[in-house]
Amino acid sequence: MKNDIIMEVKGLSVSYKDNKVIDCIDLAIEKGKIYCIIGPNGCGKTTLIRTMSRSIKPQEGHVFLSGSNIFKLKTKNVAKKMAVLYQSNATLSDATVRELVQYGRFAYKEWWKGSYEEDTKIVDWALEKTRLTDFQKRKVNTLSGGERQRAWIAMAIAQKPEILLLDEPTTYLDISHQLEIMELIERLNKEEGITIVMVLHDINHAARYADELIVMKDHKIFKKGDPWTILESDVLKSVFRVEAQITKDMDTNKPIFYAKKVI
Amino acid sequence: MRKDSRGFKIAFIILLSVLVVVCFLLGNAKGTIEIGVKRIFEVIMNDDGSTQRMIIWNIRLPRMILAALVGVNLALSGAILQGVMNNPLADPGIIGISSGAGLFGIAILVIFPQHQQFVTIAAFFGAMLAAFIIYLLAWKGGIQPIRIILAGVAVSALFGAGISGTLVFYSDRVYGALTFMNGSLSARSWPEVQTILPYTIAGIILVMIFAQKLNILILGDDVARGIGLNVEATRLSFTALAALLAASAVSVIGLLGFVGLIVPHSVRLIIGNDYKYMFPATALFGAVLVMLSDTFARTVLSPTEIPVGIVMAVLGAPFFLYLLRR
Repeated sequence: MKNDIIMEVKGLSVSYKDNKVIDCIDLAIEKGKIYCIIGPNGCGKTTLIRTMSRSIKPQEGHVFLSGSNIFKLKTKNVAKKMAVLYQSNATLSDATVRELVQYGRFAYKEWWKGSYEEDTKIVDWALEKTRLTDFQKRKVNTLSGGERQRAWIAMAIAQKPEILLLDEPTTYLDISHQLEIMELIERLNKEEGITIVMVLHDINHAARYADELIVMKDHKIFKKGDPWTILESDVLKSVFRVEAQITKDMDTNKPIFYAKKVI
Repeated sequence: MRKDSRGFKIAFIILLSVLVVVCFLLGNAKGTIEIGVKRIFEVIMNDDGSTQRMIIWNIRLPRMILAALVGVNLALSGAILQGVMNNPLADPGIIGISSGAGLFGIAILVIFPQHQQFVTIAAFFGAMLAAFIIYLLAWKGGIQPIRIILAGVAVSALFGAGISGTLVFYSDRVYGALTFMNGSLSARSWPEVQTILPYTIAGIILVMIFAQKLNILILGDDVARGIGLNVEATRLSFTALAALLAASAVSVIGLLGFVGLIVPHSVRLIIGNDYKYMFPATALFGAVLVMLSDTFARTVLSPTEIPVGIVMAVLGAPFFLYLLRR
């Protein structure tokens, strides 16, 4: 029996002027899993995630969130189910970490109603989950890259989403901060049951944390499957054009990918 | 007290409120005939038929109130535009919103002089048109801050040329063409106060209610949409509000530049970018700046008056250059 589908993409096409960036993509995201989208530069990964998160309107096709067309839902109602973390989060704002996380509760506030205690509880929870409780009074733009990324994640989970989309959450971070973010995302999935869809550059991170890998090439989905299936096949060879060696990580039983040379 | 603490921000706002009162009294006291503070209150409270009563009630009092209201409107307009256009240099004067308002306002004055009551509405449409053209020119998958300024300068030049042309061809019909171009409070009185007051009140109420939305919008369009803000509707309504505030100011005193640039910026430097505090501080500081500048413009070369717009340009142009270099 098939699991619950939380998000579905049907016949999605996006073009900029005459260039097709996304070419008729179909994709189903099952509840509770971690998906990683990988693929070479310019294959359309970021555009796909931006379209799934309603930032870009597609020329053709639809995105469904729990069965409803995402572009027809009220944006506040989308925000209560789905949170997004984009790649560049430069901001003019000089909000503190706590204020930023409070903004994550925006969708739940109407003019006068909305429980203050409830919000405070959830903001505290989000800060704790991301281990930012001690940083809550700092201004976001004074934080280091890793801390700042955690602050944005805290804001996203304060939305209490069922699904979290992330576009290269570890770019520009050093290795320990990369791992810290990946572990945080995994915890959110395992402990809170949040479905994760993220674009990643690092194939090994993708293979280690994902339940399913989605490989994109030339603006289409080339293949989708669990990490072993994807890495052991010739998929990566033809998509990334590299000769690679696959080994097994003895601790996690996940495949490790080592690119040896360009072909 | 820490600079970004709540207490500091509130203290700053209280300080500005005191300054508003001080500047207001100063403007009423100063002039060719000096009038003491106590006497000012006396003649405001009762009409004793004196010359001083006439000077205060008919000239200085409405003029200072008008200066304060114009200051509030232009400063709030600038603060809003900087947020929605994601550009610290946005000011209704610099990016052509005021010129758009001015051209449409003047067009009504010369073509339908019998329908003067529509000047503010026409000015509003001119301001919205200018804003629309700026977005159209500057939009390329999101707003590019530098394109906003370039587009704005072009729009400003275009509408400015339209105003100059109109003033040349219909110079007989437009009273005080020169003062219009430079923004002047000279010879303005209660009718102008009545024209602008409703917009100022509405503007203050609306910005205070929706300050949080602007706080979220400056996080960036993607982030704002992600947490549930209707980005397009928010940007459109704030732009319309900024246009309305600028248009109402333009329609009573002409083109007064730089208030919307200097004020929000100085406020931001002092208490930061949280619009919940920035809006009230900006409104008060705007009132202070225009009242002070006008008092200065009126008294420095007494009995000759210089348009307040010239004072503002002398202050504002170097400030603009300083911001560009920062």
